Amino acid sequence: MTTLLIRGGHLVDPSAGVDANRDLLLKDGRVAAVEPPGKLTAAAKQTSAEVVDAAGFVVAPGLVDIHVHLREPGQGYKETIATGTAAAAAGGFTTVCAMPNTHPVNDSVEITRWMQSADRGPSARVFPIAAATRGSMGEALTEYGSLKAAGAVAVSDDGKPILSEAIMHQALAAAARAGIPVIQHAEDTRLTGGCSMNAGALAFRLGLRGMPVAAESGLVERDIRLLAELRGARAHLHVAHLSTGAALDAVRKARRNGLHVTCEVAPHHFVLTEQAVGEYNTNAKMNPPLRAESDRRAMLEGLLDGSIDCIATDHAPHATHEKEQEFERAPNGITGLESALGLTLDLLHRKHKVSLSRLITLLSTQPASLLSLRGRGSLGTGSFADVVIFDPKAEWVFRAAKTRSKSANTPFDGWNMLGRVQMTISEGRVVYRADA
Amino acid sequence: MKPAKPNPEPARIPLLSEIPVASSNQLCPGCLLSVTSLSVDDVSSILRLATELESEQPELRARRLAHRRIALLFYESSTRTRTSFELAAKGLGADTALISSQSSSIEKGESLKDTGITLRALGAECIILRHLSSGAPYLLAKVTGLPVLNAGDGMHEHPSQALLDVRTMIQALARPEDVPGGNLLSGVKVVITGDILHSRVARSNALLLPKLGARVILCGPPALLPEVAEELGPGITIERDFDRALGQAEIVMMLRIQRERLAGLHIDLDEYMARYQLNQGRLRSYGPKAIVMHPGPMIRGLEISSEVADGPQSVIALQVRNGVAIRMALIYRALECRRVQPAHKETTKPRFAAKRKRGRA
Repeated sequence: MTTLLIRGGHLVDPSAGVDANRDLLLKDGRVAAVEPPGKLTAAAKQTSAEVVDAAGFVVAPGLVDIHVHLREPGQGYKETIATGTAAAAAGGFTTVCAMPNTHPVNDSVEITRWMQSADRGPSARVFPIAAATRGSMGEALTEYGSLKAAGAVAVSDDGKPILSEAIMHQALAAAARAGIPVIQHAEDTRLTGGCSMNAGALAFRLGLRGMPVAAESGLVERDIRLLAELRGARAHLHVAHLSTGAALDAVRKARRNGLHVTCEVAPHHFVLTEQAVGEYNTNAKMNPPLRAESDRRAMLEGLLDGSIDCIATDHAPHATHEKEQEFERAPNGITGLESALGLTLDLLHRKHKVSLSRLITLLSTQPASLLSLRGRGSLGTGSFADVVIFDPKAEWVFRAAKTRSKSANTPFDGWNMLGRVQMTISEGRVVYRADA
Repeated sequence: MKPAKPNPEPARIPLLSEIPVASSNQLCPGCLLSVTSLSVDDVSSILRLATELESEQPELRARRLAHRRIALLFYESSTRTRTSFELAAKGLGADTALISSQSSSIEKGESLKDTGITLRALGAECIILRHLSSGAPYLLAKVTGLPVLNAGDGMHEHPSQALLDVRTMIQALARPEDVPGGNLLSGVKVVITGDILHSRVARSNALLLPKLGARVILCGPPALLPEVAEELGPGITIERDFDRALGQAEIVMMLRIQRERLAGLHIDLDEYMARYQLNQGRLRSYGPKAIVMHPGPMIRGLEISSEVADGPQSVIALQVRNGVAIRMALIYRALECRRVQPAHKETTKPRFAAKRKRGRA
């Protein structure tokens, strides 16, 4: 294993409370030392470390995305674990948690292990999120204990909400026993049949059936009620891709009542509104849908006041021929790994003055701790050598055609981004380097 | 496609290299996908063109688009719209080909994109599209670069219907077709009653009529007329009481309940008819002078009684007739727009240069 000295950078590591100039020595895939500038030079020389000059750049723990779709096994034409994690590395992510809606559904120890194999050629660490029910059919629970032992970090039927109260109750209880959270895609599908965007005036004008806010908030409220019934069992509910102010209010209230509820928000839900659908742009179609401006603002407030735990991209690649269809027929989802940092820095840091430390907390520290990913989201000595180095002032234009993902279904093609990733290091290995 | 008849000019089969490649998001200016893209001047010029073409000698008219190729692509059944578009195209001398989803490769799973590209390769210069899915014409226009005329897409819009309705209103109210400033329907109150939620005709009319100075009053039960309909645009209000709405109206437009789009919604038809059917008694009491319209297809005895549909206040047949004139104007505009202001300059210019001489009469 190579040894790396990252010198002259500004270290932002919220887990250690560091927000200052520090040098970083990486050895054998771990953080060997963090010291004030210059103090590691001698040690680095001894081990003939490769030196990375990070002057003017931010050095932070590699970003952690707890919600991605890597499409393998089964849909390699959209994405593979290799291409998806290459996109992750380009976006500064060193850890991604892969949802189980693969073909076949990841509801087994075998697939969970297969996804983590080095044979997949990953550029970032992949943690599977296993299906909460067999085949994600919502009927019978999978084996949470053995899935966790095989490496699964949570259970979810993402894309298919668990509607049955009895099953959700069982899932929360079983996951609590296994010590992992249940991640719910909160959508009451009884209210969203045939719907392809947010309900409201725009959906009415476009002649599209709309998903009401209540379809999300109603299910979040139901799940919180089930969680309250399990009080004492230490159950943990994590709400995936929150998109409405009403659902966020329910989460806030539950937390005030001492329940273990966490939530994530995707960049597109605090950057875009339903107006992006425009003239039936299928790259603005996802589930949950882009919402009204009031909901977008609610997501921003949730990020600013701390009631939203983390940012997760819901990276959902689809082939061009799938998105080049009638709006109602086109599949839900957009790619997000390469645009997340640039959008977040631009909107949260530049426009809303959120500190870099807080931003890294949302993109790395908290998502890692939320799923108990030990040694991730931190650059403390002994942590994994997962590092992102970025220029926080660089402005650049995101080009979908240059993506490392196999798919280019993004609404952010041609958008101005702030903060360019210079280098991404995964467990001591350089997995991305910006073109000179 | 019909083989081109012997003609003084060579058959107009474009070389593959001449077929424009769909690359930009720019839509061809001859498209009509939504009434929202029409300015007041556009509406006036379409109405003038419709009148001009309608009054022209059929032999002269048939030379205007002689043997130009127009595809009618219908994913949904249609009587009025399809026939009038076809008659309009043929009236201008164009060759038409009808492709319907039941008897084409669409049944085998061919995508809308590939169907469009195939029609373009066969020489179609304009595609008239009826589709079950809202917004489908935008996709077709984008991937083909051709002028696309929206002949009804899902619950979204039916722009040619709104234009023929405007023409019918002007005629029925004996108003001038040409008004400075374009206030063709200033002060006119139009009640649209029925299944607004699922109606593309309602959307196109509600978006277009206020632009021309009219006031639109939407009427129906909440299940078929959500409050959010008022936010479609300015000049639109909701009145749940049909009698009260009828009392204010110069024009009343009735809509069918679209059973095929109800998606599990249950409507008590007896109650619906009691409150919203336009029958003789209601018309006599509340709208003795109102002009009665219906875009069709009608379900007699449900939203409208036979006496009213066939009665002296009804202009339903006039609407159908106006469909041909309006659609001639739209087809002509689609092909001429393409000629004058091609979307893909370098490829389209040589194709139409030879035709320019006998374009305008």
